[in-house]
Amino acid sequence: MPSTYDKIATQTLGSNQATVTFSSISSAYTDLVLVSLFKNTGGAGNLKIQFNGDTATNYSFTNLYGNGTSASSGRSSTQTAIIFGQADSTQLLLNTLNIFNYANATTFKTTLSRSSDNGNTYSSAGAIVGLWRKTPEAITSLAIFSDSNIASGSTFTLYGIKAA
Amino acid sequence: MPTFTQIGSAVTVGAGGAASIDFTSIPSTYTDLVVKISTRSTIAGTSQDDINVTFNGSGSSYTWRNLLGSGSSAISQNGATAYIRMSAVTPNAGTTASTFSSAEIYIPNYAGSANKSVSIDMASEANQTATYMGLVAGLWSNTSAITQITLTGASGNFAQYSTAYLYGVSNA
Repeated sequence: MPSTYDKIATQTLGSNQATVTFSSISSAYTDLVLVSLFKNTGGAGNLKIQFNGDTATNYSFTNLYGNGTSASSGRSSTQTAIIFGQADSTQLLLNTLNIFNYANATTFKTTLSRSSDNGNTYSSAGAIVGLWRKTPEAITSLAIFSDSNIASGSTFTLYGIKAA
Repeated sequence: MPTFTQIGSAVTVGAGGAASIDFTSIPSTYTDLVVKISTRSTIAGTSQDDINVTFNGSGSSYTWRNLLGSGSSAISQNGATAYIRMSAVTPNAGTTASTFSSAEIYIPNYAGSANKSVSIDMASEANQTATYMGLVAGLWSNTSAITQITLTGASGNFAQYSTAYLYGVSNA
């Protein structure tokens, strides 16, 4: 039976680093899933992503968070990256990011992430939808970074989901 | 090794219901675990029961925060309890017939030596008021490998035809 859900690559950081990159991503899949278990070095902050080295203001996102006391929602347009989760230095935080229909050159790319942050004062359950609005092209690389360095011991795994 | 593999047998609750659903003797050979469930409660009434999630039979060191939407409002709750709580997830016996909830529990690095972070997505749509969809961020502050997952109805039992599946995700 053909494999539907494949691991493409995994990175476990042996030292702090500014950016985690997945490059030369095959176009053979339908969707991508990035599973991150991470913390940063600088305390409360954000986890961000850019595609294909694009650092222009081609990104936007809308978020929904519950912090254990109240629910909140916000959005940002014309940004230089998608903020797809929160980051902290005290606890490994879980995030799953779906990138739909990533390999076409006809549509803008949509992401949907789930963040699960608990065990510290910045904790929340959240969902974030993002959009990359550069002239459509297939996604071939991801750059993941935070407000500070990503800490040693963090793990990022990229999976491909194949519809056919 | 395939990336996404069912572990053990599917659980389908029979006539008479079940107080809990257990996955035991979970091997450490995968990277992450995924539990997918479809549940209904035996308790009377038209609201939704909670499900409590525990690991390795432990009743301590759990914290959680959630975000719930009812169709008219959104709320967020938190707890430090003897379980990770999936609030208002399971339709009670008096809700629209033949209606079951859906939920997914994701546990990364379950066999590692760090505390265990848990992400839960859940939804229950019964074509009535007082049904919810929600997200849960959970933490089991325990460095032991997870070898058992137990799901327990907070007030009622799981009704017949409730199901649960355990999958292992491998990044090797």
